[in-house]
Amino acid sequence: MEEGFDSLNWDGTLSSSEFRIAALAFAEKWNRFNSTSLPQWSWSLCPKHPWTAAHEAEGYLSLENVFLREFSEENDDEVSDVGKEQPSCSGQDDAIDGAILVQSRGDEIHLYDFHIVYSLSYRVPVLYFRGYCSDGQPLALDYIEKDLPSNSAKLLMESKWTFITQEEHPFLNRPWCTLHPCGTSEWMKLLLSTDASRAQHRVEFENYLVSWFSVIGQVVGLRIPFEMLNT
Amino acid sequence: MDNSKGTEAQKYVWEGAIPLQIHLHESEVTTLPPPPPALVLAPRIGYLPLLVPQIKPFFNSALPPGVDTVWFEYKGLPLKWYIPTGVLFDLLCAEPERPWNLTVHFRGYPANVLTPCEGEDSVKWSFINSLKEAAYVINGNCKNVMNMSQSDQVELWRSVLNVNLEAYLWVSSKLKLGIAGDEFSVKWNSCVLKSQQSAVETDNTGSVKTGRIPVRLYVYNVNEDFDDLEDAPQIDSWDKISYINRPVEIHGEGKCFTLLDAVKSLLPEFFAEPSLTNEEISEVAGGDEQRLPSEEYGSSPRTTTADVGETSCEHVWSSDVSDTTEIKLLRIQGIEPKLEIPFGWVVNNLMNPEHFLHICVYVRIPEPITI
Repeated sequence: MEEGFDSLNWDGTLSSSEFRIAALAFAEKWNRFNSTSLPQWSWSLCPKHPWTAAHEAEGYLSLENVFLREFSEENDDEVSDVGKEQPSCSGQDDAIDGAILVQSRGDEIHLYDFHIVYSLSYRVPVLYFRGYCSDGQPLALDYIEKDLPSNSAKLLMESKWTFITQEEHPFLNRPWCTLHPCGTSEWMKLLLSTDASRAQHRVEFENYLVSWFSVIGQVVGLRIPFEMLNT
Repeated sequence: MDNSKGTEAQKYVWEGAIPLQIHLHESEVTTLPPPPPALVLAPRIGYLPLLVPQIKPFFNSALPPGVDTVWFEYKGLPLKWYIPTGVLFDLLCAEPERPWNLTVHFRGYPANVLTPCEGEDSVKWSFINSLKEAAYVINGNCKNVMNMSQSDQVELWRSVLNVNLEAYLWVSSKLKLGIAGDEFSVKWNSCVLKSQQSAVETDNTGSVKTGRIPVRLYVYNVNEDFDDLEDAPQIDSWDKISYINRPVEIHGEGKCFTLLDAVKSLLPEFFAEPSLTNEEISEVAGGDEQRLPSEEYGSSPRTTTADVGETSCEHVWSSDVSDTTEIKLLRIQGIEPKLEIPFGWVVNNLMNPEHFLHICVYVRIPEPITI
């Protein structure tokens, strides 16, 4: 009975230890099925407080150095990883892939970091992300919004379940963008309380993050490997 | 049962203001002589960017051409605008400095350190988002905030902007964010404060809907020891402050959940052994039962570690940490409250208008520990 929720009374939230289990399961599946040359998700430990007991290891999932293609142009929702060794923003380097150069307006490459952090207030996962040039300069929200898939602005405008805000990263003390989690528990409840789970009176929280990311990822143009949804 | 004017303590909090002496950063001075500093009273519950319309006229003529991107700094530390001014003061001035000397910048916003601020609107949305978060912590949803009428939302924000407690209480009562677990405040007030009114004033505490309290905790790790607060080392980087945004869960039906219990649940590492606050605890245990009617307590007001919230139950106390660390200062709304005060009273009277209780703590860790 420890691996699921009572689907009848479940409110769509997770505890912090359930988040950790769900996060590790998500990362494992992603890393197994990811064939789109995206980087792998990894579990990062939070900077430890000197006065915190050693076993109280809090953490978050991170996916870094992601290149989001110009979605407004041809490839609507494809993403690829350019890694850390990419040329600078000047775009003068010969090593750069010509196709990418064209699509990124020829002068700038924008990289993104994504973190999935557990919110103790909302008791759900929260996506934090930031964009930066390859020289490390952070991107303003205006630029980030241009990098997002063209349907994402529409998605955000029409739906009431989330919106982009800029907030301090809870562990890194720096401004990041985030998709506001105030509606998450409600739509997660709808998403996971399927007929099957109702029949079994169980909701598998191991799949929580997979389901959550299949929705959240659309906003930032990260498509979940299809195989992950069937396992 | 008129609760429309607020408690005495709430009035003190809302009337609380910090005298600021604001200097224009020298790099932005284009006139000779440089403009004199601006003196303003900053409400504790307010936010620094809200002062800009007031201080801009002082410096307008001295500024270089360009677009305003206003930010404040204290001794080189860029100030986070989304933290209430009173909390910044409590946290950054161990020994209160009056007037508080701040530096204002109208150019060169440090976007890599601070979230962008476009004036009042940014502050308002940050406030509303915090209010939503608090509502979610308390009620398990934020429908009441989301479904607020446009006019109520405007009214609520104006009450904060104009520091109008009565207007605030009127609008915010519609949000039904009553904090649970304060059934002891009534007794506390009538017994300890001997105030006839206070029993009425804290009546909003009767309805017990939840045991989750929105708390924002700021912990400053100090390495050196100091006896006087004025000798406390200056905070020169936000990295020295651990920010903990974790709801406090009130447990224990029928017995008083104190501020000490709340702090224990947030910082369990300090309460592994009866060490630092030992004196205070025994004082509480001894003194309280005489002052408060004993039938109100199912057991002693001094709770054991087993009574602390769900989260802390997972902890195994590690005594080696608590032996070497100590809490030097715990400050809420400019005061250092006794730890035996019922937590519900603390929350209802000392919380900020976005329904978060902001607690500033200085802890000493003797040896510098590399993280």
